[in-house]
Amino acid sequence: MTIRTLTAHELSAGYGDSVVLEGLDLAVPPGGITVIVGANACGKSTLLRTMSRLISPKKGHVLLDGKSIHRTPPRELARTLGLLPQSPIAPEGISVADLVSRGRHPHQAMFSRWTRKDDEAVAAALEATKTVELAERPVDELSGGQRQRVWIAMALAQQTEVLLLDEPTTFLDISHQVEVLDLLTDLNQSRGTTIVMVLHDLNLAARYADFLVAMADGRLHTCGKPEDVLTEQIVRKVFGLESRIIIDPTSGRPIMLPIGRHRMAD
Amino acid sequence: MLSPIVEALTEGRNRRVRRYRFAIAVLLTLVAALFILTLSLGQSFTPPSDVIRVLLGKDVPGASFTVGQLRLPRALLAILAGLSFGLGGVAFQIMLRNPLASPDIIGISLGASAAAVFAIVVLQLKGPVVPVFAVLAGLGVALLVYGLSYRNGVAGTRLILIGIGVSAMLESFIAYILSTAPAWSLQEAMRWLTGSVNGAQLGQALPLVLALAVFGGLLLSRMRDLEALRLGEDTAAALGVPVARTRVLIIVAAVGMIASATAITGPIAFVAFLSGPIAARIVGSNGSLLIPSALIGATLVLAGDYCGQFLLPGRYPVGVITGALGAPYLIFLIVRVNRAGGSL
Repeated sequence: MTIRTLTAHELSAGYGDSVVLEGLDLAVPPGGITVIVGANACGKSTLLRTMSRLISPKKGHVLLDGKSIHRTPPRELARTLGLLPQSPIAPEGISVADLVSRGRHPHQAMFSRWTRKDDEAVAAALEATKTVELAERPVDELSGGQRQRVWIAMALAQQTEVLLLDEPTTFLDISHQVEVLDLLTDLNQSRGTTIVMVLHDLNLAARYADFLVAMADGRLHTCGKPEDVLTEQIVRKVFGLESRIIIDPTSGRPIMLPIGRHRMAD
Repeated sequence: MLSPIVEALTEGRNRRVRRYRFAIAVLLTLVAALFILTLSLGQSFTPPSDVIRVLLGKDVPGASFTVGQLRLPRALLAILAGLSFGLGGVAFQIMLRNPLASPDIIGISLGASAAAVFAIVVLQLKGPVVPVFAVLAGLGVALLVYGLSYRNGVAGTRLILIGIGVSAMLESFIAYILSTAPAWSLQEAMRWLTGSVNGAQLGQALPLVLALAVFGGLLLSRMRDLEALRLGEDTAAALGVPVARTRVLIIVAAVGMIASATAITGPIAFVAFLSGPIAARIVGSNGSLLIPSALIGATLVLAGDYCGQFLLPGRYPVGVITGALGAPYLIFLIVRVNRAGGSL
């Protein structure tokens, strides 16, 4: 698998007249897991959407291997850069196998036939996400965790070297959140897929990220290794929250413990 | 090992394709059966052998006039209009992922109808200019509804509500023009308000065939992208669909078909609206809804017209029948969408 470089240069973006991102520079480490965190409305989703060409930037560029993604033909780009949006929609009654097969769309010409290679990609995606047994079930009937695995399988069937995910753990209970993040780490390790995702939970972000990006007010506040980014000082600046940072004995990664106004032991 | 999974996938897909083809074959048979019924059984019965001879261009005393001049144009026009409404309607419903976003609910059909009435009554135009006028007006209404509902992107619900408002205005405009027309018949008024294939002539079929070939062809060439749009615009974009361009293409093609058909038969009530959801019930997600929906459209218009002519006391234009079918479904859908938020 080719290693791809994804970078943003002086990126400004927004909706209508409002500017959400302002002059942001970011170099995504190739072959790593990058996690973007920040308070609500800090522009993290906008950044991810601009980097996956759902939004056109007002200024600046997003480059994939040095080429602007907003000038690359969509189908060609979709063979390299995948995206799982926040709330994808499953047509009523569609089966898991059918939905995952839709990931092959960018690999197929207008009237080309379905090939064995397509089937193999879908089979590999089902296996990687442990959804083989669900293949013939309708997506509507699955639990939240299963459904998210199916959507990830669809993105995998697309066979892109870079995969962007917008809050892939939202609405999942904690065990399924960990399951999804483990799965993404598997992919990163076995296929070398570069992963960029937005996460809400700081502690899960610090645990799973190779590279942590903290955003505030549409700008990149700090980025780097989780232990350098998740500090009491940065949490105060980015989230306006007093906290204590301790080290997780299991993973050796930092954990943030919020300090509120109540329940203080001395 | 992947190969057993691959085998299972291939088998599953073949099964879906088989079911899809079977559904299409059944629908085609249904349309053909209704076509033959319309041609052979009206006020009088013409044996199928005579019907076929008339269709082959032979002169059959008695049958040549009833079949060739009365029934054939009517059946042909019903099929063509049905195909156009079914195809155009489902394209809108898929694109906006809402069964209520059909052109006959959001004012496009009535816009085309209003333009046709205006062209015929006020400008005294005739012939193929009228459909062109209707297509332009349909596009204009689409643009207007789209523009009015634009605020950081277009939300389906806002577009539908604005479309319903625009429809009401257009409907009163049609009624106004018809009431000022020097001589208008009830039949004509019904045509432009609910749609009818009364007084069909063979020559009217040609513009419809052309519109279907051009606009329908355009839509069918985008079939895969439309299928991807069923997963939501973000996912479609992630899969490499040029969403903005595809949307413009779909709007132009769907409006083109709906408006051309409307300019000739009037806005046959609820056919565009009903066809897609019925097709979705039949084929599910086994394949694209475009062709099944077109065939359902043809079935609805043919069957509706036949009912209106022969199965009820008195004679009604087809739009009255399809309207009576569609209205309860509309209420059901609004109740259901309110509860669950439906999609197609």
